Amino acid sequence: MRNAFADEVTQMAKADPRVVLLSGDIGNRLFDNLRAQSLNQFLNCGVAEQNMMGVAAGMGLSGLRPIVYTITPFTTVRCLEQIKVDVAYHESPVIIVGTGSGLSYASLGPTHHSLEDFAIFRAIPNLQVLAPWDAPSLRACLRMAFLSGKPTYIRIGKKGEPDLCEGQEVPAIGDGLVLQTGKQICILAIGTVAQEAVAAARILRAQGISAEVVLVHTVKPYPTALFDGLLSRLECFVTVEEHARIGGFGESFLSHLALKSLQKRVICLGTSDSFMPIVGSQAFARSHFGIDAASVVASAQALVQN
Amino acid sequence: MNAAQSLSVESLEQLAREIRFRTIRNSYLTGTPHLGSCLSCTDLLVWLYWNVLRLDPKNPQWPERDRFILSKGHAAPVLFQVLAERGFYPRAHLEDYGQDGSIFGEHPPSPDHLPGIEAATGSLGHGLPMGLGMALAARIQGQAYQVFAILSDGECNEGSIWECALMASAQKVSNLTLFVDYNKWQATGRSNEVLGLAPLAEKWKAFGWATAEIDGHSFQEMGEALRSLSGDPRPKAIICNTIKGKGIPFMEDDNNWHYRIPTAAEVEQCAQVLRIPGEEIALEGRSPISCG
Repeated sequence: MRNAFADEVTQMAKADPRVVLLSGDIGNRLFDNLRAQSLNQFLNCGVAEQNMMGVAAGMGLSGLRPIVYTITPFTTVRCLEQIKVDVAYHESPVIIVGTGSGLSYASLGPTHHSLEDFAIFRAIPNLQVLAPWDAPSLRACLRMAFLSGKPTYIRIGKKGEPDLCEGQEVPAIGDGLVLQTGKQICILAIGTVAQEAVAAARILRAQGISAEVVLVHTVKPYPTALFDGLLSRLECFVTVEEHARIGGFGESFLSHLALKSLQKRVICLGTSDSFMPIVGSQAFARSHFGIDAASVVASAQALVQN
Repeated sequence: MNAAQSLSVESLEQLAREIRFRTIRNSYLTGTPHLGSCLSCTDLLVWLYWNVLRLDPKNPQWPERDRFILSKGHAAPVLFQVLAERGFYPRAHLEDYGQDGSIFGEHPPSPDHLPGIEAATGSLGHGLPMGLGMALAARIQGQAYQVFAILSDGECNEGSIWECALMASAQKVSNLTLFVDYNKWQATGRSNEVLGLAPLAEKWKAFGWATAEIDGHSFQEMGEALRSLSGDPRPKAIICNTIKGKGIPFMEDDNNWHYRIPTAAEVEQCAQVLRIPGEEIALEGRSPISCG
């Protein structure tokens, strides 16, 4: 995903001189093409994220279209107040991109995990919150965020995420993609963990369970029309996210249900209220927290069979 | 119209006295605190808004305007008076100051909500980085405007200020000038005792900024410092030695006035010191809503 990000930003910068990429001293060689193309459109802001976010906000208020990029914890909670005040309150058209989100950096420990960003950003006004699931959806999210001119946070993975939407058009901000329709259960997945949902649906199909798979890239604005459409057709839902269950995407789905006074059967998969001090691969970490394909399958089976 | 004027020292002093009084009167009427912090930077604000900044109050979004950021946002009560006097909005707009639904409170709102404001400050350490972004934007887009910011000395406690100092220096941002309102106090103590701020000018110099240290109540020294640094390719830091509560003998260097609200009798006393005509004192209709 990060290579797709660098490529897409380079194209955007070529097409529009207002685009400036601010990096927090990461992306060694990743932005060489952008730098070769235009020295003015790339700034290494050093390991100083609070300042970087304030600088981006100031640029956005002065006619530029800054994109801020570093590892997710450092472009989110490290400079949270700058995001709230300088970017969101001022409605400065800044795109904030966090790379290596969720458990992408599982082996680097909890300092590099980001499992609270949805929860925090859901509560900040004026901010769009996006989590594309693969490289093509990331490219689309970047373009849509740029066109919207609104402050936007985009949470992306690292590298090697499989393409999930097979050339289908990526839906607009606030909508989702029904990847396959199904009758017995709906799996709602957000962000790169969607690949686990897709894998789970395959296993369920082999077991004779008809699962609908819906890929979502928008945490905010809440995809209410999408939710309403699904709720009118289906009874059982599994939501899955590489984020804390507390305050996450699943909770926004549950609150939508509650406000509509609907009785549905739902399991929300997300990380538990604990840090993960042991290390391992991202696949291991997903299994550790019960957000892998096997966990989605088990949840779907439980809902369908009981 | 857009260029800065060049008022005489006498005219600047007269303006500063009037604006000091209106700020003090407003504090009494509305219960708005931070008088000491307002009075220590009143002279700087008056000099900047009348003799330095290229602005058009009738066209506050003029793209070529100089940008000014009050990074020490808690001095907004004096900035609101300055912007009214400079013509960004009528003084009558300040009549609902501090009341339910008013835009005028203790800190600057975001620029969409009040002409003349470039950044909603109030949380310390935010204004300067935003100003750096504006200064870099000018360079990237080939624009000639300058960016100015006033910081408090307490604000220099914030790490983001020093992050910004490092980046502005690395980027050789010559169109950014900051003034530290060095009144030697922060909310609850001496700014050189709470954290080790001194020697402040040397710190900015060591961070790669062109630096000057002046009497922050001398219009002449302000002008000289700005002129002497104007050709320097580095970002500029002007350390202004000021007095908290400046202009009112019983407030000067007394940190109680960080939060204290004056009584009617004290406002009358201030009017005398500042040579304000009786008809402008007008203390009826007090309606404080702030708890400071």
